Amino acid sequence: MRQIIIIGSGPAGYTAAIYAARANLRPLVIASSVEAGGELMNTTDVENFPGFPEGIQGPELMMKMQEQAERFGAEVVYDDVVRLELEGAVKTVTLGSGESHEALAVIVATGSAYRKLGLADEERLSGHGVSWCATCDGFFFKNKTIAVVGGGDSAMEEATFLTRFASKVYVIHRKDTLRASKIMQERAFANDKIEFVWNAEVSGITGDDAVDGVRLRNTVSGDQSTLELGGLFVAIGNDPRTHLVHKQLALTPEGTIAVQGRSSRTTVAGVFAAGDVVDPTYRQAVTAAASGTVAALDAEHYLTSLPQDLLAQASEPELATVTE
Amino acid sequence: MTARAVTDATFETEVLNNEKTVLVDFWAEWCGPCRAVSPILDQIASEHAEKLDIVKLNVDDNPGLAAKYQITSIPAMKVFQKGEVVKTVIGAKPKPALEADLAAYLA
Repeated sequence: MRQIIIIGSGPAGYTAAIYAARANLRPLVIASSVEAGGELMNTTDVENFPGFPEGIQGPELMMKMQEQAERFGAEVVYDDVVRLELEGAVKTVTLGSGESHEALAVIVATGSAYRKLGLADEERLSGHGVSWCATCDGFFFKNKTIAVVGGGDSAMEEATFLTRFASKVYVIHRKDTLRASKIMQERAFANDKIEFVWNAEVSGITGDDAVDGVRLRNTVSGDQSTLELGGLFVAIGNDPRTHLVHKQLALTPEGTIAVQGRSSRTTVAGVFAAGDVVDPTYRQAVTAAASGTVAALDAEHYLTSLPQDLLAQASEPELATVTE
Repeated sequence: MTARAVTDATFETEVLNNEKTVLVDFWAEWCGPCRAVSPILDQIASEHAEKLDIVKLNVDDNPGLAAKYQITSIPAMKVFQKGEVVKTVIGAKPKPALEADLAAYLA
């Protein structure tokens, strides 16, 4: 049995791992098999993480966080959690491989998942012109007219990035003002290849084998129109990834994991939550990292309150049990 | 076992005229999810070597084939039988999910 398991490997997960490792808790980080490093793995320049005046590439930042956690003894497993049993003093974490691990404390830092438009043709045309990852797929839209849906920082970043490839990038936004930070807005406004389509909602995606356009509905007048496109990038936000803890931990009305006050304590003793999965508002790499710190410190405090005999069981290196 | 690379020059022999079922992984260096799924495909390749041949095609170096197969999102994994695409899987997925998608070609 372990003292602590951290689920997630974004800024929250790795920062929690750095703190827990430095507290000699030898954390096990379940990093995910294909999404290790989290959302920043699909971004390019990160310009707002303190300490990097020239900016840093998202994947590089995450690699450094991982190295920092491993330097102090964190162990990283590239697998996905398929089941969590959180009740009681000993928590069980079961992985996709069939392995299960026990721990006295668990930090849930599972982040958030891309929100979908929820349109009938979205799934069918996904990978055929509908994309959620500009850095992965922008390359395939050289000299094409494409659109980004959304009005936040990620939409601006994607739109600006996509102008490297596309001949024209529309930004389709439901309102007439952006939620994005001023610097990202100004960069997009100054870009000749970017044109804004304000007060517009995508009501349909068209195309037989590949996207050839979208249907738009004006959110003010209700008027319908169409726009011919070679591709559509969706950046309308994220939803907290809570499926593993449904019916085990209380959630907020926003759908994030409920925590007590400014702490990371969930409704189950020994279970802590950090990062985007608890944050409906800020959702920055820095705030996620800070919240990972809070979770590690809360977990450390919790562990010291446990009976010695339980802690003794968690002090020896465990062997994973396979229950396939 | 690491999946071997195919190119514009070898695609016909290695993929289209291959007697076995072949999965082609369309990928690129700059695609994070491609790098994440690559070791999983290597594992599937070694576990099912007798059933399925798994090869990788770099879309940067072989843009003609990427265009021919209308790749607009990577990783894109296309299963070929007798030169025809019989299945397409798009996006990096955990091993159990990929195995489920490919079940018909692994058994």
